[in-house]
Amino acid sequence: MSEIVLEIKALTRRFGAFTAVDALTLSVNAGEVFGLLGSNGAGKTTTIKMLTTLLSPSSGEARVAGFSITTHAVDVRRAIGYVPQAVSVDGSLTGYENLLIFAKLYDLPRREQQARIGEALDFMGLTADGGRLVGEYSGGMVRRLEIAQSTLHRPQVLFLDEPTVGLDPIARDAVWKHLVDLRANYGTTLFFTTHYLEEAESYCDRIAIMHMGKVDALGTCKELEASLGGSGHTLNEVFVHYAGSALDSGGTFRDVSAERATAQRLG
Amino acid sequence: MRPLTSFIEKTFVITEFELRKLRHDVTELITRALQPALWLVIFGQVFSRSGAMHTGNIPYLDFIAPGILAQSVLFVAIFYGINVIWERDLGIVQKFLASPTPRGALVLGKGFSAGIRTLSQTAVVYGLSLLLGVKLNWRPLALLNVVVIVVLAATLFSTFSLIIACIVKTRERFMGVGQVLTMPLFFASNAIYPTAIMPGWLKTISHLNPLTYVVDALRTFMLAGSTSSFGLSHDYAVILLTMVILVFIGARLYPRLAS
Repeated sequence: MSEIVLEIKALTRRFGAFTAVDALTLSVNAGEVFGLLGSNGAGKTTTIKMLTTLLSPSSGEARVAGFSITTHAVDVRRAIGYVPQAVSVDGSLTGYENLLIFAKLYDLPRREQQARIGEALDFMGLTADGGRLVGEYSGGMVRRLEIAQSTLHRPQVLFLDEPTVGLDPIARDAVWKHLVDLRANYGTTLFFTTHYLEEAESYCDRIAIMHMGKVDALGTCKELEASLGGSGHTLNEVFVHYAGSALDSGGTFRDVSAERATAQRLG
Repeated sequence: MRPLTSFIEKTFVITEFELRKLRHDVTELITRALQPALWLVIFGQVFSRSGAMHTGNIPYLDFIAPGILAQSVLFVAIFYGINVIWERDLGIVQKFLASPTPRGALVLGKGFSAGIRTLSQTAVVYGLSLLLGVKLNWRPLALLNVVVIVVLAATLFSTFSLIIACIVKTRERFMGVGQVLTMPLFFASNAIYPTAIMPGWLKTISHLNPLTYVVDALRTFMLAGSTSSFGLSHDYAVILLTMVILVFIGARLYPRLAS
């Protein structure tokens, strides 16, 4: 059996009377590609924020790479990479400079920094553009640079919050090609949220569907499709079944405006 | 790595991050230089001619030159929090906070970069003061002290601004609060008139205002033959202590931006 790299037990986050994440329990194996699906407002981003130590849980616990997110937050931060939904590289610096700053923040030895940055740019297909200002990059290039920046220190787990939101299909495929290579080459565990079902179907080893803060379904794509009974169900049908009707989805004003702003910046 | 060494190193990495941005776009340095120029050339000259301010042995223009430097540092630093909110709206704050960088280093590094950005204003105030006949102290040690105080003052006020940003969280609210705070900080200080002519209540407030000590220290080091009202060690102590307290509070509040 594979080693468990992410273990979540009854993780809960409340905002006043509203429970955004409700007693979430699941575990992810090392090297797994794990997709967290759900409509806007289902609790996906809140979950990722807790796992990346940006938000403390109201109750429950999670261990990332063996470290508790509540008592060993700095160790967790060393072991993970994080690509937020919003654009997280600086447009007024070059691609190389964005990587250099993070190489220094993650204490990469000085003599290794240049080689590691060169390798990361090469790996993400950005070698020719490393010296250009990021403000001139396309949306797909920005995302690839963000992934390069988040993986410079070779994290055990890479968290990605809606990594392909706002990208056209070609750019989305390119991002995924690089993510798949990252797992193949470095064994990085990928934990990501999306609401593009076809991405989850193509790339995930396992999927969890979240609805109103709870995981309603968990398993491989085939297991989820089979869970509806009968045969020939699609992941889309599974999603509608577990994540509820279109009427109660869509998230809050803040969710939607953040997502649209990201799409606009990358598009 | 030892925590203190790591803290200092990371602080300078964050400063480097901010300064690299400046290297790609120097227009900010030029626009910043305009404000002190206007205050010195127009306000300073007019009030100097009116003779309304009694500033002892020091001519009025000499008196306000250090005040205008302190004021331009304050006016630019106090809106620094807008950048922080902008970086939160992108995802930059979240990315930094998810890294193992100490929170205090993130806050202090940003503050220092604000400090280094104000050096262009210092150069402009010195240049104009020279043209306007202000009797400046050119001794290297005095100049070095001016640079240190300007950097510390900008760090102090930009960190104060960051704290406001962490509390109000939106640009609209921040602009309102920033404007409400700037003028009282400026007018309840010794920047453009001596505290001696203030009514008692305002004098008390001015003594609680860190800008007063920044101005006093700058006036002492910038002008030839000027002496400190409060004592230079007192000025330095107030500025440093306020800065340390604000950086500590800022480091506690900064993660709230990402949550």
